[in-house]
Amino acid sequence: MSDDEIILNDLDDDDLVAQMFDDLYDGMRPEIVEGVNILLARAWTPYDVLTKALVGGMTIVGNDFRDGILFVPEVLLAANAMKGGMAILKPLLAETGAPRVGKMVIGTVKGDIHDIGKNLVGMMMEGAGFEVIDLGINNSVEKYLNALESEGPDILGMSALLTTTMPYMKVVIDTLKEKGIREDYIVLVGGAPLNEEFGRAIGADAYCRDAAVAVETAKSYMARKHNQAAAAQ
Amino acid sequence: MISDDDLTHIGLRPAGGARVLLIACGALAREIVDLQAQNGWQHFDLQCLPAILHNTPDAIVPAVQALVAQHRAGYETIFVVYADCGTGGLLQAACDRLGVQMIPGPHCYSFYDGNAAFAARGEMTCFYLTDFLVRQFDAFVWRPLGLDRHPQLRDTYFGNYTTLVYQAQTDDIALDVQARACAARLGLAYERRFTGYGDLATHLALRA
Repeated sequence: MSDDEIILNDLDDDDLVAQMFDDLYDGMRPEIVEGVNILLARAWTPYDVLTKALVGGMTIVGNDFRDGILFVPEVLLAANAMKGGMAILKPLLAETGAPRVGKMVIGTVKGDIHDIGKNLVGMMMEGAGFEVIDLGINNSVEKYLNALESEGPDILGMSALLTTTMPYMKVVIDTLKEKGIREDYIVLVGGAPLNEEFGRAIGADAYCRDAAVAVETAKSYMARKHNQAAAAQ
Repeated sequence: MISDDDLTHIGLRPAGGARVLLIACGALAREIVDLQAQNGWQHFDLQCLPAILHNTPDAIVPAVQALVAQHRAGYETIFVVYADCGTGGLLQAACDRLGVQMIPGPHCYSFYDGNAAFAARGEMTCFYLTDFLVRQFDAFVWRPLGLDRHPQLRDTYFGNYTTLVYQAQTDDIALDVQARACAARLGLAYERRFTGYGDLATHLALRA
């Protein structure tokens, strides 16, 4: 062991969280797992560990990605580290009845196997308190519809990386309209070749440029939904 | 001949003196020059944008727009030798606004194969390389994805792919060997498919 190696357990809570931000930024999964376990042992609630240590750290990663300081490989390593922490926290969050912001069904559209962006969105949504049902890749309209019916989510998220597959999002949205259920869901779309204009043209509620924007957009639509529900009472 | 590294990062300036300007991706430069030589197309002047824009499609549209504005007065016609290339329809919209034509189709993998043939294949799990991309694999794939620094990310990127398809524009055994090695590095099965210049030749011939 080198003299300058940091012993996480020796740090006080504030320093440990700051160190976990650094470790998340550097994609150090074993250190994140250790930090999560230490905070839990110090009687932190799973919800606080998630929001104050992991999401706080990933927010910095997300901001630096948006600002061109970090790039995709580094974000993936950070996400992998966060996943290590999430694996410990998820069952505990379910047990302790942590607040749930909403529920999302998410999947990559038919003909498309790209899932990196979708996975990042799913993970950040979970971190923000959403329950996420991940349908994986290559989803037909039938598969989306079945999931909407069986899961009853607030939000439908669709992802595509290819110019050739992104029009399929409109097929899904048009089918929701035909069935008269389009307004039952907040529809968010994302993926590298998409843009706001495309999102509007296909009838989505919003185009989300990256995972951080997806989380903020989802939260804002959920708040609006709650306000509308309250006003209707 | 200009080097692949320069075509990747700098592009190519037009020589001047012709009546038709081709604004192309640097990844197509050698192929276009070869077609010019084969067919005696003296009336084309070639300007290439850096091929690495392939990795940042957002930058393609403004770069093409700027070149069209810069050169419009100097040529009878400008032809944009790009397909959609990940711009989500924005390049086509820009070309329509500017009154210039471009190659139809989603990307060069499609027009090399022939757009109709490529669409008919429906190969969702194939990853494509061309002659240029085989030669520049490290600059376009390995290093930008961080696989030189973080090889453990390979399956995060390529886990859903099954096959690397090398679309060969030329018969070159060395490139075949190199492409096969690229497939092995990505953990994918390998297929070589000779396409020649496909729809690229057809569309340039239409402007000849």
